[in-house]
Amino acid sequence: MPKVKVKRTHPSLDMTPMVDLAFLLVTFFMLTTKFAPEEAVIVDTPSSVSEIKLPDSNVITLSVDGENRVFFGIDGQQTKEALLGKISEKYGVNFTPEETKTFSLMTNFGVPVNQLKSYLAMETPERKKVNQPGIPVDSARNELKDWILETRKLNQKVIIAIKGDVNVNYETVQKVVKTLQDQKVNRFNLVTDMETRPAKL
Amino acid sequence: MAEVQQQADSGKGGKKRAKKMSTKIDMTPMVDLAFLLLTFFMLTTTFSKPQTMEINMPVKPENEEEQMPLKASNALTIIMGENDKLFYYYGLGDPADNPEVIESDYSANGIRKVLISPKVRGNDKMTVLIKPMEKSRYKNVVDILDEMKITDTKKFALVDITENDKKLVSTKLGQ
Repeated sequence: MPKVKVKRTHPSLDMTPMVDLAFLLVTFFMLTTKFAPEEAVIVDTPSSVSEIKLPDSNVITLSVDGENRVFFGIDGQQTKEALLGKISEKYGVNFTPEETKTFSLMTNFGVPVNQLKSYLAMETPERKKVNQPGIPVDSARNELKDWILETRKLNQKVIIAIKGDVNVNYETVQKVVKTLQDQKVNRFNLVTDMETRPAKL
Repeated sequence: MAEVQQQADSGKGGKKRAKKMSTKIDMTPMVDLAFLLLTFFMLTTTFSKPQTMEINMPVKPENEEEQMPLKASNALTIIMGENDKLFYYYGLGDPADNPEVIESDYSANGIRKVLISPKVRGNDKMTVLIKPMEKSRYKNVVDILDEMKITDTKKFALVDITENDKKLVSTKLGQ
């Protein structure tokens, strides 16, 4: 009786479909990905059932963080360069081309105009360590008003979004809202997280 | 056909067979790399665009006389206090009326029940006045605006708190 030969099979399996899928996903993520922009401040937004999405462009983001500081952010490099030019005219502060370039690459900032020049002149690692005091919004000294006004002059389509922290006192938000209302901006957005709508009332 | 004939002509014994090479290549490093990239992109990608809530503030009146005053019977005032406290009363808070201030909360059984009660729902002209106090958290404001959306209340306005309201709340708390 011939010996029964146990056929030795290689423990290899066909990986081709898996690899196909892996590459498909890689391609998908590579094309759809948009790196999260580095923000000057972390804001924990409250949640709401609202399902409206914030548009990608032409948005002024006014972040109010937990320490009642206000940050201003606008998208678009050209817009930011033009905006800085207008502000420097208004406040009589001159910015070098390098400082303008740095400014155009920032997502948002929270420094008063008189400190902006020295802030922009810093080296990037140093700048990240700076504790930004926030943009003044008091009735005596309201720089936020000028930032918003100049941006709206440059771009009429701009939408204003307020991104407030969960724990911020309404007082600060109210100041921002008042600044907007003084300019007859009565329609704006509040940035929130997602929340499921309760099924029944 | 020609090729076949040529082979027959040569007549040499023993077919020369090309050594069979395995067509398999080791794909492991490639797969490793693919998954590495996949993980990287999956983690760095930001999918969800932030949600927003649209809000329209009442337009500041240019001319006071042209404004129609809101009737006290058509008003519900919600006051947000500090430490997540919530009060409401019907009417405009005229001290002469001595409105009954009721404490409520942000849960589903709190202010939502008030907003869907027949007294509010049944009155088409009912306007909800939202008055956050300075020390109330921003979250409370968003929560209340959210309640408006959940209960489908169309007429509401975010207005500044008045001294009267502050007094009403402090009397309520003092009890």
